[in-house]
Amino acid sequence: MNLLQQIEAEEVARLGKQIPDFAPGDTVRVGYKVIEGGRTRVQAYEGVCIARNGGTGIGASFTVRKISFGEGVERVFPLHSPNIDSITVVRRGKVRRAKLYYLRSRRGKSARIAERANYRAPREESGED
Amino acid sequence: MRSGVIARKLGMTRLFTEDGRQVPVTVLHMDNVQVVAQRTAERDGYTAVQLGAGSAKPKNVTKPMRGHFAKAQVAPKRKIVEFRVSPENLIEVGAELAADHFVPGQKVDVAGTSIGKGFAGAMKRHNFGGLRASHGVSISHRSHGSTGQCQDPGRVFKGKKMAGHMGSVRVTTQNLEVVRTDPERGLIMVKGAVPGSKGGWVTIRDAVKVAPPKDLPLPAKLRAPAPAAPAGEDAE
Repeated sequence: MNLLQQIEAEEVARLGKQIPDFAPGDTVRVGYKVIEGGRTRVQAYEGVCIARNGGTGIGASFTVRKISFGEGVERVFPLHSPNIDSITVVRRGKVRRAKLYYLRSRRGKSARIAERANYRAPREESGED
Repeated sequence: MRSGVIARKLGMTRLFTEDGRQVPVTVLHMDNVQVVAQRTAERDGYTAVQLGAGSAKPKNVTKPMRGHFAKAQVAPKRKIVEFRVSPENLIEVGAELAADHFVPGQKVDVAGTSIGKGFAGAMKRHNFGGLRASHGVSISHRSHGSTGQCQDPGRVFKGKKMAGHMGSVRVTTQNLEVVRTDPERGLIMVKGAVPGSKGGWVTIRDAVKVAPPKDLPLPAKLRAPAPAAPAGEDAE
C-alpha cells in the first residue's frame, strides 16, 4: 500500500460509515441529511441502485433511480459522505449487468427486477450487515 | 519573506468536510527537507536559504556536491532549491522543516514542471478552433489557418502561435488553499490541482497575492529533533 492509498484508507476509517452489502439491482433506502433553516433532518430516498462506481474507496459513489410522480429521478450519492445517515437494503434484485442503464428506457412491467432468492451475506471482512 | 519548501507530488484524492462537502486535494510529501546552505548579503549580495529534499545514494552524487553536503553535515539530497528570504527569516544550516510550516486555510503558490505533451497542434496548444468539418475543407480540419497577411509584411510575425512543443515547462499555480497538514508524515494537502506528474518535485511558498495569516510560524516551522527548534517555534 503506498502512502496515498494509506491516506485514503485512513479517511474512510475516519468517516467510519457502516455500509451494507448491496449491489446494482437492489432496492435501497438512503437516509440523507438535509439542512432546513438551522436544523438537520433525515430524508429517505428509496429506489433501485442502478450503478456503483469507484469500488469501496474514498471516491466511491452509487446511483439510485426511482420513479417520482411519473418522472424518473436519479441521484448519485458519494458512498462515504457524512450526509448519508443510513443505507438499508429493502430488496435484493437479480440482474445480469453491473450498470442497469437500460432501465432508463423502460417503464412499468419491463422495468421490473426479479428478486434474488439465494442471497448469502459475504463473510465478515469489510461489508457487514 | 519566509522560506518555501520542496515537496514531491504523490497524487490527488478527496476529503469530506463535516458538512458533507467533498474537497479535491493534491497530496504533497515533504521528504527530509533540510537547509543545506545559506546565502547572506555580505558574502553573496542577497539572502536566501538553500533547501534540499529527498535522499540520494552517495555514489550517485558528484564529488563537489558530496563536499557541499558534508560541509552542511546533512545526508545527500536528491533535489536542491534556493528560496529568497528576508534577513531575519534565515534558517540555520541543518535544520529540518516540518509540514506545519503552512497552516490550514492559508493560500500558497505551488510551482512544478508541467506534464510534457510532445509536439502538439495549434488546437491543443493554443485552443485554436480549427477549420470546418465540411464545406470543402480537405485534410486540414485541425490546422491553424492563416499565419499572417500578404506581400506587405512578407513574413510571419514573431511570436505567432503555431504548433510546437507543449508542456514540460515550469508552471506556477497561485492561491491554492492548504486544507490539512500532517507533520508526522510530512504531508501537505492542497485544494485543487498542482502542475506536474505524480512523483514530480514541486516548490510551495506563501501566496504572493494574498496577505499571509497572522499565526504563520516565523522564520520557519522546524521539526522537533533539530536542536534549533525553540528558536523557530513561536509566531507573531
